[in-house]
Amino acid sequence: MADTTHNTHAELDAVSGQTTTGHSWDGIKELNTPLPRWWLWTFYLTIIWSIGYWVVYPAWPLISSHTTGLFGYSSRAEVAQDLRDLEARRDLQAAVLKTAELEQIRNDPTLLRLAVARGKAAFGDNCAGCHGLGGAGGNTYPNLTDDEWIWGGTLADISTTINHGIRWDQDTNSRMSQMLAFGRTGTLKAAEISTVVEYTRSLAKLDVANGADLAAGAKLFAENCASCHGDQAKGNKELGAPDLTDAIWLYGNSRAAMIETVTNGRGGIMPAWTGRLDPVTIKALTVYVHSLGGGQK
Amino acid sequence: MNTQTPADYDDDAPLYEASKKIYPQGVSGTFRRIKWALLFFCLGVYYFLPFVRWDRGPHLPNQAVLVDMPARRFYFFFIEIWPQEVYYLTGLLILAALSLFLMNAVAGRIWCGYLCPQTVWTDLFLQVERFIEGDRRERMQRDAATWSPKTWGLKITKHFVWVMIAWWTGGAWVLYFSDAPTLVRDLATFEAPFVAYLWIGILTFTTYALAGFMREQVCLYMCPWPRIQAALTDADALNVSYRYDRGDPRMSVKQAAKAKAANEPAGDCIDCNQCVAVCPTGVDIRDGAQMGCIQCGLCIDACDTVMTKISRPTGLIGYDTDQAIKAREAGTKPPPVRIIRARTLLYFGVILAVAMTMLYSLATRSLMEIGAIHERTPLFTVLRDGSVRNNYTLRLANKRPEARIFTVAIEGIPKAQAELIGVKPIAGQPLSFEIGPDQTLDVRLLVTAPRGAFEGAKTMIQIKATDAALGDSRVIRENFFGP
Ligand code: SF4
Ligand code: SF4
Repeated sequence: MADTTHNTHAELDAVSGQTTTGHSWDGIKELNTPLPRWWLWTFYLTIIWSIGYWVVYPAWPLISSHTTGLFGYSSRAEVAQDLRDLEARRDLQAAVLKTAELEQIRNDPTLLRLAVARGKAAFGDNCAGCHGLGGAGGNTYPNLTDDEWIWGGTLADISTTINHGIRWDQDTNSRMSQMLAFGRTGTLKAAEISTVVEYTRSLAKLDVANGADLAAGAKLFAENCASCHGDQAKGNKELGAPDLTDAIWLYGNSRAAMIETVTNGRGGIMPAWTGRLDPVTIKALTVYVHSLGGGQK
Repeated sequence: MNTQTPADYDDDAPLYEASKKIYPQGVSGTFRRIKWALLFFCLGVYYFLPFVRWDRGPHLPNQAVLVDMPARRFYFFFIEIWPQEVYYLTGLLILAALSLFLMNAVAGRIWCGYLCPQTVWTDLFLQVERFIEGDRRERMQRDAATWSPKTWGLKITKHFVWVMIAWWTGGAWVLYFSDAPTLVRDLATFEAPFVAYLWIGILTFTTYALAGFMREQVCLYMCPWPRIQAALTDADALNVSYRYDRGDPRMSVKQAAKAKAANEPAGDCIDCNQCVAVCPTGVDIRDGAQMGCIQCGLCIDACDTVMTKISRPTGLIGYDTDQAIKAREAGTKPPPVRIIRARTLLYFGVILAVAMTMLYSLATRSLMEIGAIHERTPLFTVLRDGSVRNNYTLRLANKRPEARIFTVAIEGIPKAQAELIGVKPIAGQPLSFEIGPDQTLDVRLLVTAPRGAFEGAKTMIQIKATDAALGDSRVIRENFFGP
């Protein structure tokens, strides 16, 4: 039967030689093992210490603000200071990049590392929206890691492109050349477009439709396309006319996609970054894009 | 630790009690000598190790033991640990824990009694106290009386010496984290970083407080080891024990002579309380094994001194097993002490296995590392001629104290070409480059394979870094993706 007496009297415990606390639960009595008093003082000390916190650090909420504490500490201010310190360190590096030539940066592993780190961050903020993280491109935006450069892939070419954009009419130095919409403007009829597409496919070693008239296609190509894309269809970087004989097709190489290209023309737009980004960042971006894999000497 | 007498049986008895000041008496004997020797050894190592030099060449610090936080390196004589090798620390901790178990299985709290910093510094502080204020009786009398100017003088001297020792303790600690001679000079000229002074301050305070004031309170109320120890001891472990089979009933030399004459039992313990007087935690070993006893062996020395004085055999208190004492009391032959038994063998075996594993891995670890991250965006790039390129970021580490030349090579796709971006090629070799002493280097690796040189969407390749001069090389396997 359970012992329901909760308060007995303190007594000497025969086995341990200690007194009990006088409490008993179901007949089990608790020995009184007093803690040292310093333990208690330590506890009080922590309470006093915590009051110090209220005084020197932000602590109590007020109606529309809070107590700021004697130290005037704020974690926001600390972050802001850290950011300023970081900026200051970046500015030191920026000074080095500012004076160095692009070639020089490219050939000095230390400068290259610096520029790539900076460029990578700037690319993520400004360029990745279209060109994809890592410059993967896709969906009519050029892949920056391959070796096809519509407007040139040397450091100087890339720098020009980033600075002035492509077909960006607010920048007078932007390159404007446009591919004609041969079908829409009536320059070529649908059948002619098919013929020239088949001929182009043969140049790129893609499959060609049975019975296609390649000779007629060659003639059409020479009359309409060669002025920009070249006699051999190898492209012309001055005009932004891509090589049509390689394996890279920005707008796709299915028959339908090619017919669409010739019918309506193509011409992607890239904004000019001069004025929007500082020259050091543009330099860093140039080197970064060049380092992605496709950069040309 | 009960101090209450029957008169105190009070329902409202306090839950806290003032801690009693303990005045351990000086003692001499075998265990005291062992403790002195260990104290000098341990403190000597602690205070002077940071000044030991170790030549690692011109590029690395020459301090034998150094925790280099800013550079993230740990140096221990010929061993250098990088952050990614922190498992050696895990190994050391496992060894430490197992050694404690082994010590415990052999002879109880050897750690507590002889090696624990709390014991060692408390011992040192007690000796200072004894030297300045005199031994137990003198100190007790002085503390009980009103403080005279002389008392003040002695107390102030004592605390000054204590603070000096504590300060040196804190000072030695920070020397493990920076070049010791330089830091000593900077500290003296007040040019050291604030954090160095801060740590010295903190450790001066803790040493002063723990060794000067807290002492046995640390062992009784703060440290977990006594609790663990209670679970680790067994009937075969040697513990400091009072041999009650021989000592009880306790009586003075005279009474014992009388009792013997009357053919009544008489024990060897003369109840002189010397074992209690010397005990640094103030416990009575004659009450049997207890949590308060740190097994320092000083009561053995005290009792042996007494026994020698009254021409009785020594060893009334000694290292003994519980079962041996019980057996003697029952008049049977005590079982032999078995140090080598399943438990100690097991601990020893595991310690040996862990230590050998660590040594083996230390001795055979490569001092070059290679790691690769495959570029995800894009996973692969098709080039104009239809060949396929995969990009990787390689991280190479040279863990030697001198610059080395690494050469990267690709295996797995016969016609694959490799190109590195971010290195200065050496001697016209585009895939060879220098990497500085004790450094890591990130480089971009482009691997290009002609269409048809590999099959399927995924091929395994090996990226190999070689140091031709030392004949060292490391290989990692990576995927090469294609359309
Ligand atoms: S009880 Fe704890 S603090 Fe005391 S000697 Fe043992 S390990 Fe050290
Ligand atoms: S009882 Fe003896 S062994 Fe234990 S702590 Fe005291 S003096 Fe040391």
